[in-house]
Amino acid sequence: MLFYVFAAATVGASLLVIGQRNPVYSVMLLIASFGGLAGLYVLLDAPFAAVTQIIIYAGAIMVLFLFVVMLLNVAKEDAEEHERSHPLNAPGARRLGAALAVAFLVEMGWAVWHVSTRQSGALSAVPAGDVSSVRQIGRVLFTDYALPFEVTSILILVALLGAIVLARPKPR
Amino acid sequence: MIALIPLFPFVGFLVNAFFGKRLRKSLSGGLACAAMIAAFAASVAAVWSMLARPGEVRAVEQVVYTWIASGELDIPFALRVDPLAAVMILVVTGIGSLIHIYSTAYMHEETDSEYARYFSYLNLFAAFMLVLVLGTTFPVLFVGWEGVGLCSYLLIGFWYRKQSAIDAGKKAFVVNRIGDFAFLLGMLLLWTVFGTLDFQQIAAQVAPMPPEAGFGVLSVATLLLFIGATGKSAQIPLYTWLPDAMEGPTPVSALIHAATMVTAGVYMIGRNAELFSHTPETLLIVAAIGAVTALMAGTIGLVQNDIKRVLAYSTVSQLGYMFLAMGMGAYAAGIFHLYTHAFFKALLFLGSGAVIHALAGEQDIRHMGGLKKGLPVTYWTFLIGAVAIAGVPPLAGFFSKDEILFRTFAAGHWIFWSIGIVTSLLTAAYMFRLVFLTFHGERRGPAGGHGAGTHAHLHDAPPAMAAVLVTLAVGSVLAGFVGVPAALGGSNRIEHFLAPSFSAHGAVDDHGAAASADAARAEGFGGEAGAIEAAEHGGADDHAALERTLMLVSTVIALLGIGLAYFFYMRRPQAAEAVAARAGPLHRVLLHKYYVDEAYDAAVVQPIRRLSERVLWRQVDAGLIDGAVNGTGDFVGAGSAVLRRLQTGSVRAYAASIFLGVVLIIGYYLWRIVQVAAQRGV
Amino acid sequence: MITLNHYLVLSALLFTIGTAGVFLRRNVITVLLSIEIMLNAVNLTFVAAGRQFASVDGQIIVFFVMTVAAAEAAVGLALIIALFRHRESLNPGAYASLKW
Repeated sequence: MLFYVFAAATVGASLLVIGQRNPVYSVMLLIASFGGLAGLYVLLDAPFAAVTQIIIYAGAIMVLFLFVVMLLNVAKEDAEEHERSHPLNAPGARRLGAALAVAFLVEMGWAVWHVSTRQSGALSAVPAGDVSSVRQIGRVLFTDYALPFEVTSILILVALLGAIVLARPKPR
Repeated sequence: MIALIPLFPFVGFLVNAFFGKRLRKSLSGGLACAAMIAAFAASVAAVWSMLARPGEVRAVEQVVYTWIASGELDIPFALRVDPLAAVMILVVTGIGSLIHIYSTAYMHEETDSEYARYFSYLNLFAAFMLVLVLGTTFPVLFVGWEGVGLCSYLLIGFWYRKQSAIDAGKKAFVVNRIGDFAFLLGMLLLWTVFGTLDFQQIAAQVAPMPPEAGFGVLSVATLLLFIGATGKSAQIPLYTWLPDAMEGPTPVSALIHAATMVTAGVYMIGRNAELFSHTPETLLIVAAIGAVTALMAGTIGLVQNDIKRVLAYSTVSQLGYMFLAMGMGAYAAGIFHLYTHAFFKALLFLGSGAVIHALAGEQDIRHMGGLKKGLPVTYWTFLIGAVAIAGVPPLAGFFSKDEILFRTFAAGHWIFWSIGIVTSLLTAAYMFRLVFLTFHGERRGPAGGHGAGTHAHLHDAPPAMAAVLVTLAVGSVLAGFVGVPAALGGSNRIEHFLAPSFSAHGAVDDHGAAASADAARAEGFGGEAGAIEAAEHGGADDHAALERTLMLVSTVIALLGIGLAYFFYMRRPQAAEAVAARAGPLHRVLLHKYYVDEAYDAAVVQPIRRLSERVLWRQVDAGLIDGAVNGTGDFVGAGSAVLRRLQTGSVRAYAASIFLGVVLIIGYYLWRIVQVAAQRGV
Repeated sequence: MITLNHYLVLSALLFTIGTAGVFLRRNVITVLLSIEIMLNAVNLTFVAAGRQFASVDGQIIVFFVMTVAAAEAAVGLALIIALFRHRESLNPGAYASLKW
């Protein structure tokens, strides 16, 4: 039951995200979507993931987006000037795009159907065990996945430096 | 050590080639001469040790190293001194040394580096020529053969800033090449027939065979070899390069185009005497071409006006005599003439060089005359050379030329003999025409005939040149005495000396086979031993009388020729011009050398040129090959012009292409799942 | 009962929404947001599958994905700021000069 609630919230918010004109609204709606997802994670016995989602995604990344949106201060989307002659708007491209979209949807649909013919057990029927506890995650993270963990920290450092260098105002 | 003989001049070449321009002229020239004299000494030593060996197998051999050892083909780089090679190496190194000494004075006006270059080429030539005559196998001979061709090209075009010299060098090389191609084919044919390319082995295999009836494989092979010889030795049809080769310095003309390189063809036939003896058809062709060439060249030489050209045609003519001798099976006579000819032809060329040197480059005999008083040494030595070549006894030319004519007559070829006699007349005539016009009478200056004024500047040959001229003159007088025939009381030593070289000897000393071969040949197809015996034992008195009669005839003819020249050019010079005017067309034809060069040009050179230009260049090279290469480039260009439209710059388009890829990959994986599922029968 | 399938369908749906957003929006920031949506859809799949197979690896992967997404968002936004200084436009079509 709760599943459908959260699911609906997530999907709805996402649709609205891509439908909004004002990017500020998009960001806000995306935060709502993340909230829905966090709920879904809780349902899946992954409290750590849920909390991390809220803290990092909704809390940090979206705030960053918000900063940038306000910094750039572009209220509406641009006019049609670039659109008419855009290569993707050529008739051939449009047809191809439509075909691709259909193909994609068919593939998704088929994949899901294929899985459905196999799995039948309820998710909740599977014993959760100790898998979801923070202790368990912590232990695995620092033993089996220690190297990726360290590499990720370097990645963040690099991203940090990169962002600073890229966004720096040009010295006059 | 036989290997030293070509090694000395080769080392001389290396030194002059690499260090020459830093050496003073006296040093580079002296070094080159020393190398040649050392080679001469080594040759003498080798001949001495060869003479120590008696009898049939008279040779010293040295294997220098294993050159080609590949399966059945085993060709060591080996050198061998037998009587024939002995004569050749002594001629090459002896006369070569003299010419080197002469050159030190003649080329003195060149710069240091040019001087050294000249001597390096000259030494290299000597090295190659020695390899040619000392080699035991066809490939080694061919190495020398090609090498002397190369040096000839280099030396003809020595003054490379002169266009005519370059053209002459190219012509020599290309014409030679045609002959070389035939030679190579002949060589390969011999390989397929005999399985070996060693001279001794081929001769041993051929000896017991009967002579070839008709024109078979062996005849084809020897004919091909002979065609190669016509190229190298300037006979019909490949002689046209030799007159042009006079563009080179005169000592070069003397050494290469008179005494040594051009004799390589004659030597080659002599070396393969046994083989050629078994192909009488080819020998007939050899004799015919030799005779006709001798006559033709003689007629051309009669009207030429450049002093060196006359001598060049004279060389072609005398070479014709040598080939006539070879064709008659009189191998020793041919080599004898080669040997005497080397003396007096080198003398004549070097003498003409002295004249040219004294007149500061004038070569047209119409502008000469009256040089007798101003250039005494040159005149007297030149005169001796002219008398020798005319065939007046007892100088060298008489004995050798007469031997050839006698053997031709004795073999029954009266037509060839007549041609030879007429050519003899012509030889005496044109030679003395040259002498009279150059040295006698009044000095006719350069165009316009100024005459007396230029007398003051005449200086005779400098010591180096004069000494050489005198030495060669002495040789021209005395050289003939090694071949005094029995008819005159001599023992014809040279013939006996050379005889072992012209018959086969088996690897194991099987005198039985050699003796039976000799006997077979004595039955008469004009072979070496048979002719000797016929001349000396069978009906000796008749033959001697015949020989003496023929000698008388040729002497008279020679004197007649001299007399004619005297009449036309001394007594009544106008008569010469009158005859030339009345026989106008004939005179023109002779002056233009029967238009042979023009004919070759029209028949061969221009068609090839047109073919090359229109087809090979335009169509094949520019069209096909360049087209293919450029086409590939254009194709890539066109392809990329189409493909680069993918770079729209639009990020969304790129994202779309990524999406396309995603769809395809997902589709692929799903497809795989279906396949696996189908396999499992789900 | 809620099976794995439900979560997979939901995930596919979110992914499709995100993809549509990438292609259809004319504001680069919104495009980035759509990419975040896609990443989240994938996260959902991982957690669900991890739950299904009783493995903690699902959440581990999610952890890493989130980290990478954060880094990517930071750099992407920095790029947008730098680009904006040139063209004064947030339309992805405006930055099409690197073409043939």
